[in-house]
Amino acid sequence: MSMNRRSVVKAIAAGGALVGASVLMPRIAMAAWTTKAFEAEDQATAMNELLGGAAEESAEVTLKAPDIAENGAVVPVTVSSSMAGVESMSIFVENNPNPLVAEFLIPAGTDADVSTRLRMGKTSKVTAVVKANGKLYSASKEVKVTIGGCGG
Amino acid sequence: MKIIKTLALGLTVAAVTQMTHAADTGFDMQTVDPEADRIALQKYFKSRFPESDIADYVNGIYAVDAGSREQWEELEEFPPYEFDVEKGEELFNTAFANGKGYADCFENGGVGIRQNFPYWSKEEGTVKTLEQEINECRVSNGEEPLKWGKGAIAQISAYMAWTSRDKVFDIKIPADDERAKAAYLEGKKFFYAKRGQLNLSCANCHVQGTNIAIRADLPSPQLGHVTHFPVFRSKWGSLGTLHRRYSGCHKDSRSKPLKPQAEEFRNLEYFQSYMSNGLVANGPGSRK
Amino acid sequence: MAKGILKVKAKASGDKTKVKLMAKHIMESGQRKDKKTGELIPAKFLQELKVMHGGKEVFAANLGTAISKNPYFAFNFAGGAKGDELTMTWVENSGATSTETAKVK
Repeated sequence: MSMNRRSVVKAIAAGGALVGASVLMPRIAMAAWTTKAFEAEDQATAMNELLGGAAEESAEVTLKAPDIAENGAVVPVTVSSSMAGVESMSIFVENNPNPLVAEFLIPAGTDADVSTRLRMGKTSKVTAVVKANGKLYSASKEVKVTIGGCGG
Repeated sequence: MKIIKTLALGLTVAAVTQMTHAADTGFDMQTVDPEADRIALQKYFKSRFPESDIADYVNGIYAVDAGSREQWEELEEFPPYEFDVEKGEELFNTAFANGKGYADCFENGGVGIRQNFPYWSKEEGTVKTLEQEINECRVSNGEEPLKWGKGAIAQISAYMAWTSRDKVFDIKIPADDERAKAAYLEGKKFFYAKRGQLNLSCANCHVQGTNIAIRADLPSPQLGHVTHFPVFRSKWGSLGTLHRRYSGCHKDSRSKPLKPQAEEFRNLEYFQSYMSNGLVANGPGSRK
Repeated sequence: MAKGILKVKAKASGDKTKVKLMAKHIMESGQRKDKKTGELIPAKFLQELKVMHGGKEVFAANLGTAISKNPYFAFNFAGGAKGDELTMTWVENSGATSTETAKVK
């Protein structure tokens, strides 16, 4: 009954008119794990596969992340947005082997404010992309990852 | 900037080494004064980092470096060692084959006693650590001893530390047994002795070098060092004991690591724990 | 009840419920090599996580291998009260899946 993401993308790609606005209804059905997006090796492709396009920078998206990560294996980040109508928030780490890290789905009633911990292979730009009312907005920050002298 | 800082460290070390030796007491039985050493250490860090509370040194480098503190606070929202503490509790409460348990080996059933370790044992004429006694408990009850560095021993130690949170360290050096003071002195000498390919002492990094970048790491202060062990190090991705870190740090600083629970390490732990008297037990901790 | 992998701290706070959860999971990326054999350790990671409250989905996540070991998530949703139950379902890349519950405090 509910169309999943792949079907929607296919329908759009086929150039056919979407069957009524209900297809773009804010989800109750969860988007399936999009293999192509998670396995993409460059950020533009990952973003395209997941969200269907590029995002515009917006001051209404906030990405909290350290300037210098204490340890690349556990980098705490928080993504939030003051916008109304947020449907999802996704995180990309540009220089990771697979830039797409996670996609968080925000049903109505849930704050657009999610914290998590990421793995970063090396210094990289980290980007949060918020999908609100069908449009994409982003915020980025460079997070440095260093190798300390005190390994052990 | 990093290179300049490292060179500066080298120069600072040379200059400050003299100062540090003057600040605390001597290195032989006649001149060493543990209590004066302890107070001198607190004074030193108070002057280095005037904004930091002495009590906060149980949080290591996070007491003195804001950038890493923020990340640590995020981790503390849901610390990575929680699973280990749960596991530790389970292990602690699981009886041995003979029906006895860890609670039978420790005073107060093993609860709330972390701050009493390590201690000088007159009977055995040596310093006893918590991990040592965990394994002695096992062996005396017919069980195999656990490996010293990580896994079950760290988890049990973490649980015992957890039950002792906020209890104040009050390590004793019994006046009626000179050997205890000698053990403290050995630990102190070890801490200040230069060793290995880099000719570094513990003090070079953890006293003079505290919060000064060594490549991309900031050494933690010696004050409060042992209070938060065992430790979940992101580097390890797991929980490890104090002696695991002692060995590891030796490898990192290019000197031959001793085995965990070696006498030198136990004396070092004794010295370091005495230095943290007055601070609370804060284990397990999470660190980079 | 079988012990789950999710540890949840959910607290009713004003008109919201604040949730912090951590999963006990290695999140093996599939890029590490076994030190002894030199072979790649196969990927084993949580791919999906869904949290429901009162029959309504309040949070969902699609995850990749760059989420840290012992995945952690914090989020807040409107409503909820002490004693309410949260239902969480996770799916691993292996196909393994499970549903666990937790109470709001």
